[in-house]
Amino acid sequence: MTQPSALENSGLMMQAVKEAVFAGAVAFGLFILYVGIETYQDINNALVWRTRWGLLFSFVAIAAFGRFVVVGFIKPHLDKRKRAKAKAGIPEVTDHKGFFHRHFLKIALVLLLLYPPLSVMLAGTQGSLKYVDNFGIQILIYVMLAWGLNIVVGLAGLLDLGYVAFYAVGAYSYALLSEHFGLSFWVLLPMAGILAAFWGIILGFPVLRLRGDYLAIVTLAFGEIIRLVLINWTVVTKGTFGVSGIPKASFFGIWSFDVGAPNNFTKAFGLSMSSAYYKIFLFYLILALCMLTAYVTIKLRRMPIGRAWEALREDEIACRSLGINTVTTKLTAFAIGAMIGGFAGAFFATRQGFVSPESFVFLESAVILAIVVLGGMGSLTGIAIAAIVMVGGTELLREMEFLKHVFGPDFTPELYRMLLFGLAMIVVMVFKPRGFVGSREPTAYLKERKAVSGSFTKEGHG
Amino acid sequence: MADEPLLKVQAVQTFYGNIRALDGVDVHVNRGEIVSLIGANGAGKSTLMMTICGSPQARHGSIIFDGEDITQQPTHLIARRRIAQSPEGRRIFPRMTVYENLQMGAGLDNLRYFKEDVEKIFTLFPRLKERQSQRGGTLSGGEQQMLSIGRALMARPKLLLLDEPSLGLAPLIVKGIFEAIKKLNKEEGLTVFLVEQNAFAALRLSDRAYVMVNGKVTMTGSGKALLANPEVRAAYLEGGRH
Repeated sequence: MTQPSALENSGLMMQAVKEAVFAGAVAFGLFILYVGIETYQDINNALVWRTRWGLLFSFVAIAAFGRFVVVGFIKPHLDKRKRAKAKAGIPEVTDHKGFFHRHFLKIALVLLLLYPPLSVMLAGTQGSLKYVDNFGIQILIYVMLAWGLNIVVGLAGLLDLGYVAFYAVGAYSYALLSEHFGLSFWVLLPMAGILAAFWGIILGFPVLRLRGDYLAIVTLAFGEIIRLVLINWTVVTKGTFGVSGIPKASFFGIWSFDVGAPNNFTKAFGLSMSSAYYKIFLFYLILALCMLTAYVTIKLRRMPIGRAWEALREDEIACRSLGINTVTTKLTAFAIGAMIGGFAGAFFATRQGFVSPESFVFLESAVILAIVVLGGMGSLTGIAIAAIVMVGGTELLREMEFLKHVFGPDFTPELYRMLLFGLAMIVVMVFKPRGFVGSREPTAYLKERKAVSGSFTKEGHG
Repeated sequence: MADEPLLKVQAVQTFYGNIRALDGVDVHVNRGEIVSLIGANGAGKSTLMMTICGSPQARHGSIIFDGEDITQQPTHLIARRRIAQSPEGRRIFPRMTVYENLQMGAGLDNLRYFKEDVEKIFTLFPRLKERQSQRGGTLSGGEQQMLSIGRALMARPKLLLLDEPSLGLAPLIVKGIFEAIKKLNKEEGLTVFLVEQNAFAALRLSDRAYVMVNGKVTMTGSGKALLANPEVRAAYLEGGRH
């Protein structure tokens, strides 16, 4: 590819500067009255005004700089790529990737590990609660749930609209078993997973012959049945009141996070009393559970069962003609997906300290499924990004107090969450119909590896 | 045992609901033979092939493979007895690569013979070697057919069932695929049971053939004899010669 000549380049820069100045002028005109001048009431309740040149200047600067970057760099870059693609005349073949691309996962993991100490450093012990709990833990729970559902929907291609049922089974398993038998989190975590897997198989049996929309409806009904049982079986589940006082998880039994316990974590380390340490512990716990899920998924994909799942998604009849037992293949997909949901449920129960049927409504299933679809079915990275966008977006909306100044004090931004998500999903699906990471990574290579964009393949049928 | 046919279909009747698709079909395939089944649309050719694979299962009659009754067995267990099928419409896995598709074929032996077998397939169909890291769905129709046959062969079958391998393909590609089948039969003694609408090509390839009309076998004989038969010529060859 030829570099644009110096002359061409300076012409481009001139153009960019011109457009930047113009954009700045427009921004100045637009904002001078709204931003540049502020009215307020002084002590005598008289309405007076003052200027905010600094803020106005930053608005103008952002507009001008943004325009400059778009015209000077982003647009030529995009044009160049388009031209190069057209010239090559071949589908996008990615051979060399940048440093960030190649080490993306390692960088992400390091950032995640550093996230709690960083937020403590930046926001203080108490201030970090919001970032670790509301953002970190909340997002990671959804990442885990979506990765679990990904096995069922993304890999095995079984559309499950009742996934939240297994989440509920896991949560109630932990809540009730710890209440009645006093077992610890570390005993009950695997138990919750096993119980959820068991329910996954129970759901799996009747729906073995179903696919697509029919399967979706039955799983939807299954999710509702579980929720209604939780509401109405009051003797055991305490109905809509829910189960409260669920014990906290301990640090492998060594340190406790209960305030009264003699081996309390903060006391043992001579730290000031704060729930932040427990939340940080929970953050690392859910992070570990997520990593476990990712590891299991990646390993399984390379094993015969994982390959059978993916083949099942593509063509069931062909699978059977190759000697694959589709019954056990489907049941294992349901069971393993459900087990991960169960783990997440147990974690959810110990984090909240309280479970009620309200947490397991259909909307939750829909959100998890939306994350899987938005992320690109089957892609762990894509799903994690989608979870950050969807769940982090919700939490961010809660934080956007300034919107109240724009739309009036009655405006509660999180109420517009679904509207915004709807819009966001439409936009993503229009521009990236296969989700954020739409191309499926092959599990086996012979010698060379080439990735042909997924948009060149058709969906399976069967 | 050697005289016993590899596959024996006896008086098989298959129903779709109440509709009888196969009406007492008797067919047998000896070891090392290429046998083809020709007939018009809707005669029941594909139904017979699928009945052999156990989906749907025969309501009456029996299917004996390698001395054992497989009539009531589920499809995946029949496949594990080394009956490999290249189904109608090819049914490759579109989002998996060519290489992965071939791996799926070798799943019965848990990839034990994969390395040597895949080389064999690549010698037989060099196009697949070029396309190995491409997704199945991006292949042309002929390449997909090669992949479908290749995937079936990866299972080291005793019997290869081919359902309309020439469907929708250019004559030159059909010729190539039929030559490959012939070669496998000659060099490795592979037994092939072939369902075809392209009667001319199928009969020339086959040792023996059956003609099917409305769920019944109406005629049988060597491929050459049927090619010369005036009735067969009138019904399937003169009008339908490709």
